[in-house]
Amino acid sequence: MARYHITTTINGDEVDFLCESDQTLLSVLRDELVMTGTKEGCGTGDCGACSVTVDGRLMCSCLVLGVEVEGKRVETIEGMAEGEELHPLQRKFLEHAALQCGICTPGLLIASRALLERNPDPTETEIRYWLAGNLCRCTGYHKIVEAVADAAREMREV
Amino acid sequence: MATMLKYEDKDLKVVGTRPIRPDGVDKVTGRARYGADINLPGQLYGRVVRSPHAHARVLAIRTDKAEALKGVKAVVTRDDFPEMPVEFAAAGELIVNFRDVTRNMMAREKVLYDGHPVAAVAATSDAVARRAARLIEVDYEVLPHVIDPVQAMAEDAPLLHEEQITEGVDPAPEKPSNLAKVFNFAKGDVEKGFAEADLVIEREFNTKPVHQGYIEPQASLASYTEDGQVEVYTATQGHFVIRAQCAKLLQMDISKIRVIPTELGGGFGGKNNVYLEPLAIVLSRKSNRPVKMTMSREDVFRSTGPTSGAHTRIKIGCRKDGRITAAEAQLDFQAGAFAGSSVPMASMCTFTRYDLENVKVTGNDITVNRPKVAAYRAPGAPISIFGVESILDEMAIELGIDPIELRMRNAAKEGTQTYYGPTFGPIGYEDTLKKALEHPHLKEPLGPDQGRGIATGFWFNIGKETTTTLNVNEDGTVTVILGTIDVAGGSRAAMAMMVAEELGIDVDRVRPQIGDTQALGFNFVTAGSRGTFASGMAVTVAARKAIDTMRERAARTWDVPVDGVVWEDGHARPASSNVGEFEPLSIAEIARKSGMTGGPIAGHAEITAEGAGPGFGTHIVDVEVDRKTGLVKILRYTVIQDTGKAIHPAYVEGQFQGGAVQGIGWALNEEYIYDENGTLQNPGFLDYRVPVASDVPFIGTEIVEVPNPNHPYGVRGIGEVPIIPPIAAISNAIHDAIGIRLREQPMSPPKVLKAIREAGNGAAE
Amino acid sequence: MRYEAPGSLDAATRLLADAEGAARVLAGGTDLLIQMRGDIVEPELLVDIKNIDEMREIAEEQGRFRIGAAVTGMEIMEHEAFNAAWPGIVDGAKLIGSIQIRGRATLGGNLCNASPAADSVPALIAAGAVASVIGPDGRRSAPVEEIATGPGQTSLKTGEIVVSFDLPERPPRSGDAYLRFTPRTEMDIAVVGVGVNLTLDGSGVCSAARVSLGAVAERPLSVEEAAAALVGTRVDDDALAKLSKAASEACRPIDDKRGTKEFRIEVAGVLAERAARIALERAEQR
Repeated sequence: MARYHITTTINGDEVDFLCESDQTLLSVLRDELVMTGTKEGCGTGDCGACSVTVDGRLMCSCLVLGVEVEGKRVETIEGMAEGEELHPLQRKFLEHAALQCGICTPGLLIASRALLERNPDPTETEIRYWLAGNLCRCTGYHKIVEAVADAAREMREV
Repeated sequence: MATMLKYEDKDLKVVGTRPIRPDGVDKVTGRARYGADINLPGQLYGRVVRSPHAHARVLAIRTDKAEALKGVKAVVTRDDFPEMPVEFAAAGELIVNFRDVTRNMMAREKVLYDGHPVAAVAATSDAVARRAARLIEVDYEVLPHVIDPVQAMAEDAPLLHEEQITEGVDPAPEKPSNLAKVFNFAKGDVEKGFAEADLVIEREFNTKPVHQGYIEPQASLASYTEDGQVEVYTATQGHFVIRAQCAKLLQMDISKIRVIPTELGGGFGGKNNVYLEPLAIVLSRKSNRPVKMTMSREDVFRSTGPTSGAHTRIKIGCRKDGRITAAEAQLDFQAGAFAGSSVPMASMCTFTRYDLENVKVTGNDITVNRPKVAAYRAPGAPISIFGVESILDEMAIELGIDPIELRMRNAAKEGTQTYYGPTFGPIGYEDTLKKALEHPHLKEPLGPDQGRGIATGFWFNIGKETTTTLNVNEDGTVTVILGTIDVAGGSRAAMAMMVAEELGIDVDRVRPQIGDTQALGFNFVTAGSRGTFASGMAVTVAARKAIDTMRERAARTWDVPVDGVVWEDGHARPASSNVGEFEPLSIAEIARKSGMTGGPIAGHAEITAEGAGPGFGTHIVDVEVDRKTGLVKILRYTVIQDTGKAIHPAYVEGQFQGGAVQGIGWALNEEYIYDENGTLQNPGFLDYRVPVASDVPFIGTEIVEVPNPNHPYGVRGIGEVPIIPPIAAISNAIHDAIGIRLREQPMSPPKVLKAIREAGNGAAE
Repeated sequence: MRYEAPGSLDAATRLLADAEGAARVLAGGTDLLIQMRGDIVEPELLVDIKNIDEMREIAEEQGRFRIGAAVTGMEIMEHEAFNAAWPGIVDGAKLIGSIQIRGRATLGGNLCNASPAADSVPALIAAGAVASVIGPDGRRSAPVEEIATGPGQTSLKTGEIVVSFDLPERPPRSGDAYLRFTPRTEMDIAVVGVGVNLTLDGSGVCSAARVSLGAVAERPLSVEEAAAALVGTRVDDDALAKLSKAASEACRPIDDKRGTKEFRIEVAGVLAERAARIALERAEQR
């Protein structure tokens, strides 16, 4: 079976890869490109652990085909920090103890960044509803919501 | 000999602060490597073939078509695993029987649940492995099945195990049944106690199986070498127990199996057991290639242990003043396909919050056609206390006593003898109740159809085998190798903090790391809230040994007796001016010269930690009920719990909050739904509804600290108690809101609306 | 499996018409990819229609909206003029899955997947939306309620694609709303869904109404009896009670893992009333 040759941009770098037509973007990231920061929790779009953005739009990479990202811009957790500078959300998650096992953390960070890009001053309710597609079984969400609100506060002040 | 270090009340510099967790940066940058993130050169991909039937005899398995498929390198079935005799071992909070473990991992004569493995394949790609799995043909003789525990105990119920004779009853029954074992606990005389009561309430309660719901599916990677050694990377709560079980199941020497635990993406008791590891090892042995196996979410729901569904009957008698005179319980717990549910622990937890004279608890362990139960955070306790805390709420209303006050009047305290044996030392149950009584939450006004409920929980907590190695590096920094897995709660942070406190250095100079099975001696699984307690004791022992060594080195350097050297603030100092005038030696200075003073410096601990402190908590919850749809909304939630000592308070709060939200999900919406064929209908996160962020409010926390006298920092266990009260607290709050008492979990909208209709007050809005 | 992403409707229809094995249209993929993963469908050809401009646009002409079938839930939520005109359709789009799902899931896909519980469909039916369909025999129009015929079944002929949805002109004093019942606040499938669309005359009397129910039958329903309960009334308590009763009576649900028959029937009436109150308030404000 011939594989598809796809050229795309991932975290600002031009990347090309070969994939099967039915291979998901999640599988391409993890298995072809060995970018394992994006996690699989369900494979059916119900947990958000595989969240990435494609052309700035938040989605579950398990529900996107690799062949669909030709010419697009993909952002993953591996591109969130700039050099040795953590993104404010990453820093606030650490400071607020907003992670425990950490398997949901990359997805939550990507989703939170997508929120703050659209809404720099979200209410608690807006944060909770925006993050409703990202399951966390450890924290009860409390410290995650606090961390996102605090990161938003800091980012508004800069 | 067990190890028990006594509590010391002292000024603390590190313990009780909130440093960044050492595993944090890896987790926020995507670097942390979980089970499915590990790959080895030349690896194959494994897939499991699972039973579509709840109960069937396996007549034949044909693998030839799968084996003929290009890219398939190995196939395994029951024929590849040795038969195991009955032999029991501890694996976390539940006991396992190797006869059953081998059958659960790979069905032998029968499949006993939808999702039961019958074969596994390894191939050059996941796609080929999936195709091969579909080519494996299994002939089944489908048998009648049973899932409900009460139905399973009926005379004519379909029988799972033809040889299973009930244990724990005298005389032993002659006929086999699904009742695997009966556990009895008693104290005093319940008949006499009920006779003395002014008020006796007896009720029945039902709960459904619920899953731990960790976000990381099970994943294992095994690489078997030609000389009979194997390396296994796996996501587990206890790599030493995985090693022991694999050695037993595959008849290998323990020393030939190296289990390397990966970062763990949640477990909550569900990752104490072998599922994929032995399959991956044998597939690797047969193919001479590393084999990676990961479960799909559907596999996780269908084949890994959810907790028991249960039926309970609770009877409590009390006097007019609210003092309980007798308490009796019968607990019928699903064990799943094989004996060994959490019913013994559930039995011991049922009434243990109270100081009672007359108690009788009977626990029934019942085999049914669903996956074998695995531990889930305080295994069984949320189920058994649901009924007790519900009846106490009824009694409080009937007697006109505040529900917290009623519990105060009966509270277990130091000196209370439990009905399963031990007498409590200092415990913090009353302190949590007092804190609840004073809490501003109780003053928050409630609107129409809103109500407030309270409930309380108890968990034993345990210690057990623990090892650690603490290396003082050449520059005076410290590496601590831990053998007890950090299951997420932040135990690496807590260990680094206790070591820093002991040594008198900054916490960021201590680097904790989990060691694999070849790096340390045996550690028990992280279960029973033992991590911070037992591993904390071990690192304290190790740090104190390292300090003794460093004092010796200073003494040698100064040429004074070792008694003349004390350790303070990270330095060796002369004990007094009588010893002589010496500049204090820092840990870095001692480490730098260690090669000349006797060699590298380390401290070890190989202990069985004893003296775990029981944990108690009190929860307050406010709900609002939509009378027209049955929807229950959580408005406010407060967790108050005795921690003994909060080493890292932020992660203690995290345990309270996470446990409470798991309990909220359990109370309101989580359940296994089976169709008439015994097929699981909701094996995914869409229809198995764990709470999402918008379902819950902030979870308020109050940390109570009544030190455990048997731990150097006063630590109790804390991880499990928070999941115990929510089901009962929410049921009590619903009653307060709309006057209807729900005795079935989940309290999902259809059930709540039905109860409202049956109570006939739906129209009276 | 072959993957194609044609740039025109012509090319897409030709690909589908010429397909030898099973062919599937890929829009957001939030249902299709799950079905493929579960081996429920195994297409030999996948036609990705997201490069076709006409299917990706929200166009407004003289107060009439045309929404491309491949417009995503998030794009609808972010379109201000459309939000002002058809807040009920936006209610539906807002409830599909999560933000991640709405970033991908499309109105056309939600309709053609033909789940009885599709969240965006009842409000489209209540709005009187008409689907524009293209296929081997050319273009045709069909009311949205005629597309889905049963779970996973549609009236579309082989090779046909839903291209866009045409919404009627919006008279003044019109309002629409969609409510659904789910146990969770988000990330859930409707146990019951109700779309209500109504128009008031100058004196506050309901001059036109449409009501649609989801998840209570084999497909989303347009319920004329329920709409009739509102027309000619001031949408007062009496009318709402009749609406509620008519909505419940129109249900022909099944028991399944998501809800019982009794629950669906009862809650359909409750939600119909609640949705009508929201639609009324919106109509009064316009």
